[in-house]
Formats: sequence, structure tokens, C-alpha cells
Amino acid sequence: MQTRRKMLTQSAQVAGLLATAGLLPQAAQAAWSQAAFDAKTLAEAVKALGGGAPAESKDVSITGPDIAENGAVVPVGCSTGLAGVKMLALMVEKNPSALAAVFTVSDSVDANFNTRVKMGQSSNVFAVAIMNDGKVLYAAKEIKVTLGGCGG
Amino acid sequence: MADPMRIRAQAAGDKATVRVLMSHEMETGQRKDSAGKAIPAWFIQEVTATHNGKPVLSAQWGPSVSKNPFMQFNVKGAKAGDKIAVTWTDNKNDKRTDEATVS
Repeated sequence: MQTRRKMLTQSAQVAGLLATAGLLPQAAQAAWSQAAFDAKTLAEAVKALGGGAPAESKDVSITGPDIAENGAVVPVGCSTGLAGVKMLALMVEKNPSALAAVFTVSDSVDANFNTRVKMGQSSNVFAVAIMNDGKVLYAAKEIKVTLGGCGG
Repeated sequence: MADPMRIRAQAAGDKATVRVLMSHEMETGQRKDSAGKAIPAWFIQEVTATHNGKPVLSAQWGPSVSKNPFMQFNVKGAKAGDKIAVTWTDNKNDKRTDEATVS
């Protein structure tokens, strides 16, 4: 007969084993998340990072040009004024792998990052905030890429 | 060893804006050379930053970050004279750390 106490110790042991094997999401975050970078869509990438269903939010903002003349260098920024943000991610919808960058927010940095990404074609770019409570909020912006450089 | 990063950290009020320009190919693995063979992926996977030795930021990057990547972030509580160090690690396990002083 298994008592509740026995079961709790056992499950704690199993959890410990999983953590050492890097199978729990918290442990997996330390290393580069292959699964998240392999994901093709916003929802898949968010799931691989340990977030729930994404919802659009006005509290997350994305900055970038409306038209990018050179798809190899598109300056984009993501920021949020919300407290309790765990990660901020940048994703390009139509790239071969959607996820471009994930920034882990700590108490000592603002949830405001700028970088440059590559874009294969005109598409939506998402700024995704994964909150400490597992909520996922995002903002989208369409950026048009003119590879010909005619500015059209 | 890769070329040095260019880091500029400027104090503004109670925080410092840090701009980093790294020197890296950031090859996606999608491109092909003139013989039609795929060029293997080579890109920065992890970036970390420290403020006076205390880690303040860690980031994971994919191949879709641009060549010679640029990154900007704000460090709270950093003032002139503080040290900001940035380290990157690429998928060939090459590393580079550079340090700058907040001005």
C-alpha cells in the first residue's frame, strides 16, 4: 500500500531526476532551446519556450520600419511596460524558423531591447512577452521588404 | 578568435543604455555556395551581459539575427565608471568577451 508521504517523496525524486536530465522546462532554459528555434509558427515557438496560448496585447510594443529596403538588416525593437515579464522574444512569421531572438529579462534590465534581424520576405514581425505566470502577450507589425531596393 | 565587439555604454539618469556591435558572419545554413552546396550554419546562440560582474541579461539567438549583430539594452542602476561586459557563444562553441566602461 502506498501512502501519500511515500508518493510525495517518490515524485520529488522523479522530478529531481527529470531536472538533472534537463527534461523540465526550467532546466532546459539554461541551454539553447533547439525546439523553440526549430518551430515554424508563433504558437509552436511559444509552447517550446514554456508559455501558454498567445494573446494580442496593447501593453507590448514593437518598433521597426514600415518598409525595409534590405531584408538582411531590419532594425526591430521590442518593449513592454508590464511588470513580471520573464522573456521577450522577437519572431518573424515567414522566416524558415520563426523565432529570431529571446531575451531573458532580469530585475536589472529594462524590458526594452533593440536588435537587427534578417527577413526573407515581407511578413509580420511579432514581439512576444512571456510573463512569469505563463501568460503570453504579443504585438505584431507588418514589415514590407523590398529586395530590389527600389523603395517601392 | 573573432574580432572584438564594439560596446558603448552611456549613463542617462538612473540607467545606462548599452549598444553592442558584434562581428560575426551569422550564417543561417539556408544559403548555398556557387557549387550548390549548402553553407553550414554558423551563428551566435547565446549572449550574456554583466554589470560590475553581476549577470543582468541573457539572450538566445537564432540564425535570423543579422550579420554583424547589433543589440541595445538598458541597465538599471548603472552609473559612470561601472563596467559592462558582454559575452557571446556561437554554435561552434567559439566565445568572445569584451568590456566597456559606462560614460
